[in-house]
Amino acid sequence: MSKINENTVLEIDNLKVDFETNTGMVHAVKGVNIHVDSGETVAIVGESGSGKSQTMMAAMGLLAGNGITHGEVRYRGNNILGSSIRKLNKIRGAKVTMIFQEPMTSLDPLYTIERQLCEPMVEHGEYTWATAKKRAVELLELVGIPEPARKVKAYPYEMSGGQRQRVMIAMALANDPDILIADEPTTALDVTTQAQILELMADLQKRLGMAVVFITHDLGIVERISDRVYVMKSGEVVEEGNTKEIFGNPQHDYTKMLLDAEPTGSKAVVPDSNPIVLDAKDVRVEFETETGFLKPNHVLRAVNDISMEVREGQTLGIVGESGSGKSTLGRAVLQLLPTAGGRVVYLGNDITGATKKKMQPLRKEMQLIFQDPFGSLSPRMTVGQIITEGLLVHEPQLSAKERDQRAIQALEEVSMDPAMRNRYPHEFSGGQRQRIAIARTMILNPKLVVLDEPTSALDRTVQKQVVELLRNLQKEHGLTYLFISHDLAVVRAMSDTVMVMQKGEVVEKGLAEEIFSSPKEDYTKELLAAAALKQHKPGNQIF
Amino acid sequence: MLRYVLSRLLSAIPTLFLIITISFFLMRVAPGGPFDLERPLEAKVMENLNKIYNLDKPLWEQYLIYLKSVLSGDFGPSFFFRDFSINELFAQSLPISMQLGLSALALALAVGGFLGVIAALRQNKGVDYSVMAVATLGVTIPNFVVAPILTLILGVHYGWLPVGGWGGGAFVNMVLPVVTLALPQIAVVARLTRGSMIEALRSNHVRTARAYGLSGYTVVVVHALRGAILPVVSYLGPAAAALLTGSVVIETIFGIPGIGRYFVQGALNRDYTLVMGTVVVVACFVIIFNLIVDLLYAMLDPRVRFD
Repeated sequence: MSKINENTVLEIDNLKVDFETNTGMVHAVKGVNIHVDSGETVAIVGESGSGKSQTMMAAMGLLAGNGITHGEVRYRGNNILGSSIRKLNKIRGAKVTMIFQEPMTSLDPLYTIERQLCEPMVEHGEYTWATAKKRAVELLELVGIPEPARKVKAYPYEMSGGQRQRVMIAMALANDPDILIADEPTTALDVTTQAQILELMADLQKRLGMAVVFITHDLGIVERISDRVYVMKSGEVVEEGNTKEIFGNPQHDYTKMLLDAEPTGSKAVVPDSNPIVLDAKDVRVEFETETGFLKPNHVLRAVNDISMEVREGQTLGIVGESGSGKSTLGRAVLQLLPTAGGRVVYLGNDITGATKKKMQPLRKEMQLIFQDPFGSLSPRMTVGQIITEGLLVHEPQLSAKERDQRAIQALEEVSMDPAMRNRYPHEFSGGQRQRIAIARTMILNPKLVVLDEPTSALDRTVQKQVVELLRNLQKEHGLTYLFISHDLAVVRAMSDTVMVMQKGEVVEKGLAEEIFSSPKEDYTKELLAAAALKQHKPGNQIF
Repeated sequence: MLRYVLSRLLSAIPTLFLIITISFFLMRVAPGGPFDLERPLEAKVMENLNKIYNLDKPLWEQYLIYLKSVLSGDFGPSFFFRDFSINELFAQSLPISMQLGLSALALALAVGGFLGVIAALRQNKGVDYSVMAVATLGVTIPNFVVAPILTLILGVHYGWLPVGGWGGGAFVNMVLPVVTLALPQIAVVARLTRGSMIEALRSNHVRTARAYGLSGYTVVVVHALRGAILPVVSYLGPAAAALLTGSVVIETIFGIPGIGRYFVQGALNRDYTLVMGTVVVVACFVIIFNLIVDLLYAMLDPRVRFD
């Protein structure tokens, strides 16, 4: 039993959440106790699958149809768990409001912002449509949306992810709630947008005085904004306490592991005598935007005259926010996209605009690993088939047995049990799938690998393992990496040189150490400030 | 908006032209002619007939003559129904078929949509399973089986409804044919609505609506159904065409003087102008319905814009 005091607004008491599935009961939350006092910021931290979101979903009566709950959730002393929708609806949207992880889909695409902001205000009886419309404009102004009177008439698709999340915050504040539950509100956003949204939330909390429950996997955020922390692991709270205590003196092993999970170390310098693997000069990629009859062709320049030089064994980190052209650049270098200008030289061969036939033998040496470990493996092929598919093309002389042998080797190299090669991708976690994707690449003994956000979809602790795996593979095989990411911590741990991109242009370029310790351009500084990286501990080099 | 409609209608002209051209020549490729009877006509009579209907002229000239008359809105005389022009035949029968088809479409949308929503809300429960079972039956049992059974029960046994005839479009005469025609469409609409409704109910913005304490009606109808109805709207185009052509059997069984019987008679008797007329009319309907569907879609979904 947790201590009850008058200030406690929300109290979750021994909450259990089970899901009925075809393969039996899944116990998602196993007896969790959480209390939130008025005005405080409570963070619930854990990795995906820890039950942190389901705890709050259950409290709000938003579980999927197959969810079963036990325990009590008290709002100001009254149990609301399992109560009627009518009773719940008096509280949710009025006294307790939520912001979700997916800003792109959390708003109804078919209605204007105004309509969606007004609905809960009118529903809960505090406003008429006329007064609610006035308040909607005020709210948009409050959350920092420019031209609120005009934007209020906009549809969600006309806004960016950051703006949509601001609209969600406005919606959450409309009825002056006691508690705002924010479920990974910044995870889907760019770093600079993330920082702005966090700042906005902190500022609003100070002004309006509601309690905030912050569900996240990002410890950097927790340390910055929360008063108290609950650490969750596989459906249980393993540690709770003041933020300072938890960060200063973690007790539970899992907490320690989470705190230690930011990729650390940096790469050893590669000698200048190494041959230049990739030499690109003034690469330009253009897309023609949709043209209609009698409409002038509009050309979008996604990559604007970018040059790079990467030596064998080096890693070039390409950093930028979504839409900066970093993935496009990676593809253009591999000749997977047509270039509109410039020159790409791979190991002395000019491959600019090379034909498919000419590129074919080089493809073996120039590989690509994708961000999405769920979408990039064919669900109908076994892991063994996926890994060895490239061999069928590039080393057709191998027998089935030899290919199998290579698959075993490749899986061992990425620290996976080779016995798993007869299973299908859906049986694996995100981190394991990314290992499979890496094995698929490594089996071909490539020289140059373009890694397009390979760790972005993974939990921090898994990220760290994948980063280490990639570094070890690079060291063993002398691989050259183009490492594309928006995650500065990972880039710092991986790269020799770093290139910061914005809107298709290079903002800053230089040695990783210099960029991270003394950035010159404002945009780089902004990115670094937003990411709030931990200070580098000296003498922490991995290589 | 108006510009979009106009440009769509303009772009329908080449489509129609192609349809007319292809079906005109296909008809002529098929062996036999409108006046080939089991007992051949006298050569002189045949010659005169051919002269009257311009069949003695070269094919391309016939084609040009036909195009010209279609452009002036005249589908020519019927070869089989000697004393009628195609325009006269359609003037009588088309309104009846349209009334029948549109009533069936409206019924299918209302009943199918309602059943689909109910099934989605009670997903994997008894109601859901029974709605889906009935829907499967509705699709699989052909209407020439359903029609006699309904007629037997409601028309003959109980004597509530007339077993046939149009009665100038009286309500009692319409019930049985409309219901029979609509049944398979009800089934399809119910399945479509159920599927997209289940998806919509799981979507993030519906979760938002629930999290903000909105009433059941607002959540289900305002936020879930409007998005879920979009696939059903897309289905309206093909459904309308199916109802128009599918009425052949229904019109025959219930003895309704609609356009349906002309499909069969026109084709069997090589009534060139009648076949061409029906082809053009059906093509026009499909084109117009697709335009209506696109406009409806844009009304429901602001992301679709015309410019």
